[in-house]
Amino acid sequence: MTSDSMAQSGSTLSALLIVAASALLFAGCGGSEPAGGATADTVALLNVSYDPTREFYREFDTSFAREWQEKTGQTVTVKQSHGGSGQQARAVIDGLDADVVTLALAYDIDSIQQIGKRLGADWQTRLPNNSSPYTSTIVFLVRKGNPKGIHDWSDLVKPGIESIAPNPKTGGGARWVYLAAWGFELQRNLGGDFGKLADPAAADEVAKAQIAAEKFVGQLYSQIPVLDSGARGSTNTFVQRGIGDVLIAWENEALLAIKEMGPGSVEMVIPSISILAEPPVALVDTVVDRKGTRKVAEAYLQHLFTPAGQLLAAKHFYRPRDSAALEQYRAQFPDINLFTIDAAFGGWQKAQATHFADGATFDRISQGRR
Amino acid sequence: MSFRQPSILPGFGLTFGFTTFFLGAVVLLPLTALVVRTAMTDWHHVWDVVSSARALASYRLSFGASLLAASINAVFGFIIAWTLVRYDFPGRKIIDALIDMPFALPTAVSGIALTAVFAQNGWFGKYLEPFGIKVAYTWIGIVIALTLIGLPFVVRSVQPALAEVQRDLEDAAETLGAGRFYVFLRIILPTVLPSLATGFTMAFARAVGEYGSVIFIAGNLPLKTEITPLLIVIRLEEFDYGGAAALGFVMLLISFVMLLTINLLQAWGRRRLVGDRR
Amino acid sequence: MAGHGSNVHSAELASRPGRDGLMSALARWAFISVSLAFLAALLFAPLATVFVTAFGKGLGAYFASFSDSDTAAAIKLTLITAAIVVPLNTIFGLAASWAIAKFDFKGKSFLITLIDLPIAVSPVISGLVYVLMFGLQGWFGAWLQEHNISIIFALPGIVLATLFVTFPYVARELIPLMEQLGNDEEEAAITLGAGGWMTFFRVTLPKIRWGLVYGVILCNARAMGEFGAVSVVSGHIRGLTNTMPLHIEILYNEYAFVSAFAVASLLTLLAVATLVIKTLVEWRTGYRRRR
Repeated sequence: MTSDSMAQSGSTLSALLIVAASALLFAGCGGSEPAGGATADTVALLNVSYDPTREFYREFDTSFAREWQEKTGQTVTVKQSHGGSGQQARAVIDGLDADVVTLALAYDIDSIQQIGKRLGADWQTRLPNNSSPYTSTIVFLVRKGNPKGIHDWSDLVKPGIESIAPNPKTGGGARWVYLAAWGFELQRNLGGDFGKLADPAAADEVAKAQIAAEKFVGQLYSQIPVLDSGARGSTNTFVQRGIGDVLIAWENEALLAIKEMGPGSVEMVIPSISILAEPPVALVDTVVDRKGTRKVAEAYLQHLFTPAGQLLAAKHFYRPRDSAALEQYRAQFPDINLFTIDAAFGGWQKAQATHFADGATFDRISQGRR
Repeated sequence: MSFRQPSILPGFGLTFGFTTFFLGAVVLLPLTALVVRTAMTDWHHVWDVVSSARALASYRLSFGASLLAASINAVFGFIIAWTLVRYDFPGRKIIDALIDMPFALPTAVSGIALTAVFAQNGWFGKYLEPFGIKVAYTWIGIVIALTLIGLPFVVRSVQPALAEVQRDLEDAAETLGAGRFYVFLRIILPTVLPSLATGFTMAFARAVGEYGSVIFIAGNLPLKTEITPLLIVIRLEEFDYGGAAALGFVMLLISFVMLLTINLLQAWGRRRLVGDRR
Repeated sequence: MAGHGSNVHSAELASRPGRDGLMSALARWAFISVSLAFLAALLFAPLATVFVTAFGKGLGAYFASFSDSDTAAAIKLTLITAAIVVPLNTIFGLAASWAIAKFDFKGKSFLITLIDLPIAVSPVISGLVYVLMFGLQGWFGAWLQEHNISIIFALPGIVLATLFVTFPYVARELIPLMEQLGNDEEEAAITLGAGGWMTFFRVTLPKIRWGLVYGVILCNARAMGEFGAVSVVSGHIRGLTNTMPLHIEILYNEYAFVSAFAVASLLTLLAVATLVIKTLVEWRTGYRRRR
């Protein structure tokens, strides 16, 4: 009997301990600064973003806070979270209370809407330019002097050339890279005309071109020795660890790398054609409504499209939509021949299903490695 | 038939109750979530994920590299334990203390540091490079990282056993004419074998699940240098919670079996050495 | 895990008959060299890299790394997490080792296996289970959100994941120790009329004192250094849910290598301090001599 009562008191004691610990935790999380929520004169936002935008948002947040303060007298603190675009989308779906999401591709925000049901289906139409405040593209970064003579996509599959790119299964930029490579070979086999994709008369030609593209991309990825989970990881591998002959990366990553590592070590090469990447932004309806931060969040996103925001984007190597800003930074952004994901792949939903889903082309290509 | 032997010591109910309750709440309940989620997933999908070529390659890598790392640790760990127990040299105490370092060091730090050392332009990497030996971003790098984190398990298991080897037995054998190697094989090794086995299995179990130190030095190429924990993360990123849980469940099962083996091995070792005096 | 270091008396080492031959000397030299070479490549070099890079740009840059507000927040978060996790696991360790070492019951091996489980479970899984339980798509997610309680992507989630991962450390230290030390003194105390708590505090605790200290320190080091599990549940919110290991990864990814290794050096120093304390403790009490 003593044992029983002791066992009971044992369980009671432990239950008490756990309750006490939980109380401590909840008190802790209640009392500490929440990542969102509004009071009369302070408000906090959480911006869940993709990997390379760290430096950009640091400056942007300060700029926005200043402007908001002047306009409304309210102090806004913006908290940032960065990671691979897919990873961040997953976190938001799992409950990360982002007021705004600024990710690498529309598909990730669509997932938050479809799987997580945290924002409205019309998110992309709420802001100009399909909710993409800036664009970017995919370029190459090579060692100084370009010793391996990399000038275009076809050079990447030459024997002995090692490329570095991130993992399309975990990264956002990584998927743009994959699609850019595919698109290049596709249009090369179609005589430069994406219009043939929709032309039933050219079905044969298109089928052959798709096969050629798959072969090309397969060859490309077989010559990649390291697949980092995000854009920044790949940049590090190339630049810091000295692995690979060429880095296939976001234009903004390449320009930032040149700035950080010095033009004496790496240089940028523009391929003959590349993909127009439009990283979109959105506010997360369920979160901003619950926290009462809708007005601030809307203003925050709109600030991205103002001249001040656009100039900041350009400064951080993102191609602005605003022509004045673009003019000012013209030297930094060479002309590139670009195709869109809609023209080449029929949009993100189709591209994701055809290439990145379970068992789709990327998986097929990976199998073929062995 | 009684659950436990009677004892005059008090407190069994309290401590046992608390132990099982806390264990249940902190360890078992969350793990149940894993099992339940796997059970809730469509079995075809579970099977597809768990037996896909990529998953199989990752098991081969995770378990293969861990086995290799644990074996390397068994050999070198034994040598190091021997050195620390039997020889005295300047700095022995410091080295002895440092053996526990991988245990206490954060995995991310070991990962980044090892990559820095063994990359092509790293301290050791640059000497290996001319021989065509690539360490970072290959399976060799993974094995090195896993060897590092498993090192203390073998050394710390073997040391006390080695120290306990009855020296008078050894001496007696030698005076009776046994060679050093014979003494080693027949007297020392049997004493040490259970602890070596325990250390080996522990190092193996630890290595299989390791993420932080490996993720930086592995190339993460599907079917080549992708470890199973990374596959779990990738499944999560594809919003495939069921698939991730399934892979996690497979790993959990294997870990559980290995641990049970270790504990049984330890019980065997205890019986051999000191008799059942509990 | 049985035992820690070795504490063989030098007398024993020196006076072995037949140990002075050339073969012995050669063997000894070989063993020591191989051991040192192995450790140098695997252990010392990475450690050295951490410090060399951290101090690479001078002391000024080193200390400047810690003035960044995000870094300070990461350090604070790590400390808070450890402050919650370590005491809880210590209490558990004490209770578990008392129940297991002092009594004989069926299923003991099974219980020990369950306690050891978190060590063999991959950190990614340790994080995943909490996402499965408390994430929005998980068991309690919707309910938690309705009541405005944050578990994952906030401090509680990080604490839970860390609690899971460091769960067995104190218990694993104490169980073999208490088994080895036996029940005699406690039984004597009881027969002399001491109560359970008094026996525990006056007889047992002093005996296991140093093993307990070591277990706590190890648990603490692991709690502060956990990466994988926390990475899955953290949300990576700068200045809020990044622990030191996560912050190191961030700094590393932002070309801030000196800062990354500076913060890493803090964690490494903690690990070194752990070992220094342990060695000091063993030296002071000659606790190994109890064998």
